[in-house]
Amino acid sequence: MTTKIRIATTSLAGCFGCHMSFLDIDERMLRLAELVEFDRSPLTDIEHCGSCDIGLIEGGVCNSENVHVLREFRKNCKVLVAVGACAINGGLPAMRNFIPLEECLAESYLTGIGVENPQIPNDIELPLLLNKVHPLHEVVKIDYFLPGCPPSADVFWKFLTDLLEGREPSLPYELIHYD
Amino acid sequence: MNKTLSIDGQEIPFEDGQTIMQAATAAKVYIPHLCHHPEFTPHGSCKLCTVKVNGRNCSACTFPAAEGQEVLNNTTDINEDRKKITQMLFVEGNHFCPSCEKTGNCQLQAVAYHLNMLDNHFPLFYPQRAMDASHPEVLIDHNRCIFCTLCVRASQEQDGKNVFALSGRGINKHLIVNTPSGKLKDSALVADDRAAHICPTGAILIKRTGYTIPIGQRIYDHHDISDVSLTTAEAQHDH
Repeated sequence: MTTKIRIATTSLAGCFGCHMSFLDIDERMLRLAELVEFDRSPLTDIEHCGSCDIGLIEGGVCNSENVHVLREFRKNCKVLVAVGACAINGGLPAMRNFIPLEECLAESYLTGIGVENPQIPNDIELPLLLNKVHPLHEVVKIDYFLPGCPPSADVFWKFLTDLLEGREPSLPYELIHYD
Repeated sequence: MNKTLSIDGQEIPFEDGQTIMQAATAAKVYIPHLCHHPEFTPHGSCKLCTVKVNGRNCSACTFPAAEGQEVLNNTTDINEDRKKITQMLFVEGNHFCPSCEKTGNCQLQAVAYHLNMLDNHFPLFYPQRAMDASHPEVLIDHNRCIFCTLCVRASQEQDGKNVFALSGRGINKHLIVNTPSGKLKDSALVADDRAAHICPTGAILIKRTGYTIPIGQRIYDHHDISDVSLTTAEAQHDH
């Protein structure tokens, strides 16, 4: 019996751009689907990660829920991959690291232009924001990194086919971009 | 009789007074570097050009070439050290390539690509650094400064001015502008100055020119800095 490789994906403090780029592998997705099946992912709506071979994580860590999800992935995925600029160095969301959190919240919800009914959201369902946005490798061990904003579809394809065919993943010069 | 040294086992001729970097460049051997520029007095600060000379670490840009030296340059160990140095440069500043005008033309990024640097390895500092947009034509974004002093040297050695300097030590080191206000607008810098064009990163930029060449068509988007650097050196030599 051959079992398919299980892949989980998630977006933490990201924009889903990396997921969109992953989908840009287009018809190659059909070939991939012959070899893998998806566990927790925005593509499946499965809410919690089971035991997986590969975890692809987009975005950095900006709130308490991100920390929980990241740890769930680390616990369940044999190979954990930081995907994209935000996962690797915090990216655009980390631009708030230079402004005190209180000032960020005040600007957004109290004093900013066009704010009506000013109040800082405080529902118990909302995850608490961390003081700063962190890249993934500051929180858990990361096995591979795919740079890019976003990494191109070819990066996903090269990386996954390398892994699936038992090679040490490597990216040629043309596929390494930080932008 | 020609004098020679060896780099990674290859015989390289040199003339008295040349550094290892100069001899290597003339022989089309790339040694990674950021603070070195063939037109300016070497500074030896970025340490990317570290090579092993007869078993000891030396900066190729400042170390004199000598007869019979055995130099190790392009080895796995040395390139791993260079990658760590580059990662430290990234985490000490704020290098957000997707939102930087210099992306694709940035030598810091290009050296990182060359060294196959896929992550930052170290915790990020996210230091608080300012911008100086006071000058009508030239912008300083201190977030991206790696203290190579190329602007300092270009201003002094080619422009005949003294616009820039480094101040402070260690983690407090920073680029300053030599005016009472500390603002670039009060300095003698003009957009045609060499110092305004020499920055290897996106720390000193000419305003309103950032996207004249689209991302994807820039120098290092398709060419490794090891090739670009040697081609540029050749062009300057022919010139």
